[in-house]
Amino acid sequence: MRLSPDEIVFWHYGFLTLNATIVFTWGLMLVLAVGARLITRRLSMDLTRSRWQNLLEIIVTAVAQQIADVGLRPPEKYVGFLGTLFLFVAAASLCTVIPGYEPPTGSLSTTAALALCVLVAVPVFGIQEKGVGGYLKLYIKPTFIMLPFNIISEVSRTLALAVRLFGNMMSGAMIVAILLTITPFIFPIVMTALGLLTGMVQAYIFSILAAVYIASATRTRTRKAAQAPTT
Amino acid sequence: MLIDWFTVGAQALNFLILVWLMKRFLYKPVLDAIDAREARIAAAIADADGKTAEAAKEREEFQHKNEVFDQERAALVTQATDEANAERQRLLDDARQAADALSAKRMEMLKHEVHTLNQAIGRRTEREVFAIARQALTDLASTSLEARMADVFTRRLREMGGEVKAGLAEGLRSAPDPAIVRSAFDLPAELRADIQRALNETFSDDVRVRFETAPDLVSGIELTTNGHTVAWSIAEYLASLEKAVGELIKEPDHAQRA
Repeated sequence: MRLSPDEIVFWHYGFLTLNATIVFTWGLMLVLAVGARLITRRLSMDLTRSRWQNLLEIIVTAVAQQIADVGLRPPEKYVGFLGTLFLFVAAASLCTVIPGYEPPTGSLSTTAALALCVLVAVPVFGIQEKGVGGYLKLYIKPTFIMLPFNIISEVSRTLALAVRLFGNMMSGAMIVAILLTITPFIFPIVMTALGLLTGMVQAYIFSILAAVYIASATRTRTRKAAQAPTT
Repeated sequence: MLIDWFTVGAQALNFLILVWLMKRFLYKPVLDAIDAREARIAAAIADADGKTAEAAKEREEFQHKNEVFDQERAALVTQATDEANAERQRLLDDARQAADALSAKRMEMLKHEVHTLNQAIGRRTEREVFAIARQALTDLASTSLEARMADVFTRRLREMGGEVKAGLAEGLRSAPDPAIVRSAFDLPAELRADIQRALNETFSDDVRVRFETAPDLVSGIELTTNGHTVAWSIAEYLASLEKAVGELIKEPDHAQRA
């Protein structure tokens, strides 16, 4: 039984391996990039615009709004990273309706890569916002004793990110595969639909958690200001 | 092993490339488009606000101008009405005065014409009557006109009665001077004697008389004493004729005025 699309290897040469995960990722990248390019090629600046442009604008503004709600401002600065995270995971889940498709997010390697990206992005944005000293001080807050716990927290939450997404995606694919062998009709469709919902929820959770991690590293100083309007 | 580290690295790289691609082809163009549209809408709203404010300002200005214009127009109309009324009144007064003056002048001229005509008619009539009478009396009687006149005068004296006679008798008695008998011509002695006799008989007294010639009597004899007069003359008849003619002339004049 396959647990990961990593196991489907198309080409192998020493250290280099071309497995299904990478290939499907490339496919998704191609679809997303080409689709975005096609739609944004003739963007309308006027009040009238195409349906595709409306869809993209809804997605982008919704992502930007979510980021702003988490407390990251200006959202345009973070929408590239966090939005792509969401779109990639969401697209990877949505494509599970295509027969023969293996979601790259069903591979622990992919989710680990994404989690590592978040792990790196948090200090990068944090240092951009607060400087190296300001960011590093976060590890000894509220006291110096908390330093090891903060480091553990950083690592563990990255691990949790990776495993959570992998577990959900893998289990979804796994359940459908198992069901196909038991009840080949109707029931797998329901589970696939459920899997789509789960995938969207996971995409949302993954990107929101990443946003929260980045926000925790950047917005310490602006917390009061951000909370003030809500009280 | 679930994690293939090569795949992890490749996927991380893939993800970073995808981030760049998405930024390049999705977020930036879409956000730029949204920003441009918002800017355009904001500009349009600002423009509309500006135009609204401008329109409100212009409307206010226009209303103000309208009010000023209305006031000016009302003032001008009032002024023009007043001036027109004053001018009309002045013209009416002028016309009335002119009409009055013209009417007065016309009346004056009419009076003058009547007077002139009366005088002309009087003179003409006197002359004609005198000539006709003289001619007629001359033609018809054997005695002279003067004799007939004296005869008529003496008959009148004798026929005279009432208040006139009493007044004349009183005048003759109270007058210090002799009574004056005036005639248009010099009376012959026998006519003078006839008149003296008639006077004496009429007033039963010796009346003192002085005879005078007065050509303005035209033709006739007149007795005057202390303010009392008895006379027969063509002038007397002419006076009555003049009065009658005057009445005749006045009648058309009244009719014309009505």
